[in-house]
Amino acid sequence: MNTPIRRVALTVMLMIVALLANLTYIQVIWSDELRAHPRNSRTLTEELARQRGDIIVGNEAVATVVETGDNVYPYQRTYPDGPVYAPITGYYSPAGRTGLERAEDPVLNGSDDRLFVRRLSDLITGRDARGGMVELTINRRMQETAYQMMTDQGLTGSVVAIEPDTGRILTMVSTPTFDPNDLATLDSEARSEAITRLEEDEGRPLHNRAISETQPPGSTFKLLVTAAALENGYTADSAVNPASSIQLPGTNTMLPNFNNNDCGNGRNATLLQAVEESCNVPFGELADELGPEVLQEKAEALGFSDPDLEIPMTVASSELGPMSDRPATFQTGIGQRDVRVTPLQNAMMVATIANEGTRMQPHVVSTIRSPELDELDQTRPDEVEDAMSPQVAQSLTEMMIAAEAHAGGEGQIPGVTIASKTGTAQWGVDPNATNPHAWYVAFAPAEDPQVAVAVLVEAGGNVGQGATGGRVAAPIGRAVIGAGLGGG
Amino acid sequence: MANPVDAASNPGQAAPRPPAMPTRRNTELLLLAFAALLVTIANVLVEANQEQELTSQLLYNGVAFLALFGIAHLAVRKWAPYADPLILPFAALLNGIGLIMIHRIDLARIAAAPERNALVNRQIGWMVVSIVLFVLVLAFVRDHRMMARFGYTCGFVGLFALALPGFLPYSISGAGGAKIWIRIGGAGIQPGEFAKILLLIFFASFLVSKRDLFTVAGRRFLGMEFPRMRDMAPMLLAWAASVGVLVFERDLGTSLLFFGLVLVMIYIATERASWVVIGLSLFAAGCVIAYPLFNHLRVRVLNFLDPLGRLDASDGDSYQLVQSLFGLGTGGIFGTGLGGGRPTLIPAAETDFIISAIGEEIGFVGVAAVLLLYLLLVMRGLRTALAVRDSFGKLMASGLAFIIGLQVFIVVGGATRLIPSTGITAPFLSYGGSSLLANYILIALLLLISDAARRPPPPSKPKPKQAPIAEAHTEMVARPT
Repeated sequence: MNTPIRRVALTVMLMIVALLANLTYIQVIWSDELRAHPRNSRTLTEELARQRGDIIVGNEAVATVVETGDNVYPYQRTYPDGPVYAPITGYYSPAGRTGLERAEDPVLNGSDDRLFVRRLSDLITGRDARGGMVELTINRRMQETAYQMMTDQGLTGSVVAIEPDTGRILTMVSTPTFDPNDLATLDSEARSEAITRLEEDEGRPLHNRAISETQPPGSTFKLLVTAAALENGYTADSAVNPASSIQLPGTNTMLPNFNNNDCGNGRNATLLQAVEESCNVPFGELADELGPEVLQEKAEALGFSDPDLEIPMTVASSELGPMSDRPATFQTGIGQRDVRVTPLQNAMMVATIANEGTRMQPHVVSTIRSPELDELDQTRPDEVEDAMSPQVAQSLTEMMIAAEAHAGGEGQIPGVTIASKTGTAQWGVDPNATNPHAWYVAFAPAEDPQVAVAVLVEAGGNVGQGATGGRVAAPIGRAVIGAGLGGG
Repeated sequence: MANPVDAASNPGQAAPRPPAMPTRRNTELLLLAFAALLVTIANVLVEANQEQELTSQLLYNGVAFLALFGIAHLAVRKWAPYADPLILPFAALLNGIGLIMIHRIDLARIAAAPERNALVNRQIGWMVVSIVLFVLVLAFVRDHRMMARFGYTCGFVGLFALALPGFLPYSISGAGGAKIWIRIGGAGIQPGEFAKILLLIFFASFLVSKRDLFTVAGRRFLGMEFPRMRDMAPMLLAWAASVGVLVFERDLGTSLLFFGLVLVMIYIATERASWVVIGLSLFAAGCVIAYPLFNHLRVRVLNFLDPLGRLDASDGDSYQLVQSLFGLGTGGIFGTGLGGGRPTLIPAAETDFIISAIGEEIGFVGVAAVLLLYLLLVMRGLRTALAVRDSFGKLMASGLAFIIGLQVFIVVGGATRLIPSTGITAPFLSYGGSSLLANYILIALLLLISDAARRPPPPSKPKPKQAPIAEAHTEMVARPT
């Protein structure tokens, strides 16, 4: 009977080996997937039980945690200035996360490699693991100014400001906004109610208009066309078509200037005057003359058509559109037709001009810190591309100074020369009946740019059909510049 | 008489008069103390990770553990002095690990609902009863061969115990769909746990007495000799009983366990692979017939095939299995640390799925250690079967050892999705009185057989010049030339 007993022993061994092999599969190979499975409440509970790191703006947290005294959920995420910074921080809730809470999640929850040494010491000393801190490039005063300006008047839109020579994002406001505290609550009923309310809100407060949505840039796009023209033989004094309107080639459609105004004195006009007065006819013709390839090339040099742009949140790609025939190219030249840009892209464009033509990588995270605020990593200024020569940038700056003088609107800052361009973009199915988007892109001081800003007020703001970039958007941009320069 | 088992420890003893055979009882005591140490350390870890103050429960658990196994050890010293020194410590350590896990699950459950009773104290109570039974078996059985005389009695009682819950109303016998209990008042036992040992004794004695019958050659087919139809009655009976358990008691695990046991015992008794083929064919046929007929079986199989896809299935979701997989996956290689996981998310974590709770908290490394402990325990049992001289002892020991291995395979395989999950306890680990009692009886019987296997013969008996070839069992048996 011993031979069968030995075989039975072998069988039992094989059974245990099969169990071990299967366990190896589950606990070693399959484990990552099981751990990350949305229905695995273990991972989430574990995360909620850990002290998540702060998001810091100017030495104060805009996202931090409070202790609940609860055993299972000892911490709750809280946002001291919730709505002001919501477009940047996003929200962190047991149901999901957006914005920086998502983009910097590994740092904030403590799993990032840069926190490895720290984790190791926690393991040894038995301290509860904590997440790292994320310090932002945002300028508190500018952010709050922009937020106040937008919300006081109940405007829908976005403000983005960039430091031209570093790419640091100083301001990012999107309105209407939301209070991330409503979504971070551990009260699941209140949370799902808030989610439903925000998702059904027609103002789409959960959308970050600064980076997630594109809109027609209108006349602000003329800066791009001008840059291309200056690099292709034009100067500020080159003559352009002064007519009040032209017929688009091969169609009965007219391309008129704003209010059907003449350009210059009506008999002759320069490129400088065309920029200053934002005439449409010359830019339609310039775009046609330069051709789609040149425009596309210039746009890409300025950051268009880059689906991989991250700040570290993902930025929607700005696009020129197909320009399939000559009328389309004409309309593209004045920033209409299929041209779509994010406010961030527009801010990048003026920041590039302000930085003598060198485009810097925009970023919103300045420093990654340990829970004790030791510096672990810092974002260095990163030159992406020489988008235009310093001469072209200088020439554009002069035109923008002239345009600023012509723009009108309130909020000029005494003693500060601003270089700007306004835009009033038509959109919608029936453009003449839809309130236009008002744009303002600018940088200052013109001679030594510290701040570049882009303002978008959607759908006429509080002025309606009569809205223009100068009237609605420019005062906001100037106030933000003022806050930036005043704050040093 | 030669002592093949421990021949190595006495090299060069050419012996008309054998020396005092080492009993290795001190080894056993040392290992038991080591198990107690491990269990206490683990207990401290649990309490520390749960941010409990080190409570008196810790002391209570530790002292209870030491005291109980101290008593068991003394009983072995007295009534089975030559028994294998490893078997009891393995069982004790497994029991201790189970105790830790049950205590740990208690802490989590009580934190969530303070009015709950601590299961660990009841489990310690069951351990006390188990050790008492263990001592009684050692004291009264003394020689395992006497059990062969009660083969038919055991068989009838075992069959009755196995079948009884199936005939009782669900209110007395049911829990979670299966009818495996006999509950009167607050107390309840699972007779199936005891039936497996009783039936094992019956089969061992039956097979030994009728061994010749089964080895009578029948037809040859595919190079194997198959038994005659009429000799297959016991196998068919076992098959019918298994199917009966499956159908009337909805207990997939016990059904599988029982059938697997009979199959292996017949195979060992007859040394014929054809029995295995027949048994597995019958098993396969049973599955094919039962699958479309029984919904609870089908649900288990569907959940096994696609656990993640059936989290919300209306006909019996895979929640428990998926929670088990989540626990194991989250634990990973090294686990979350004792007291650091969330094992209470798995329903029945303290009974059928305790291995998943262990896997979550001490990881693959920990589960592997536990499985190897089981493997070593089974191997010591099978080694006893090899060493013991009488056929009945051989069959008993191999049956007792194999049933532990098979039960581990069924329960762990079920919890880890190697096979469809079945409701069955992990020997020594799981919470549950019947299981613990039955397994300690099982260990006591195994120790008695191993005592018989290693006990030196009475000195008065004249030693034959050469040991019969049949007794040289631990070496390769040389063919007589």
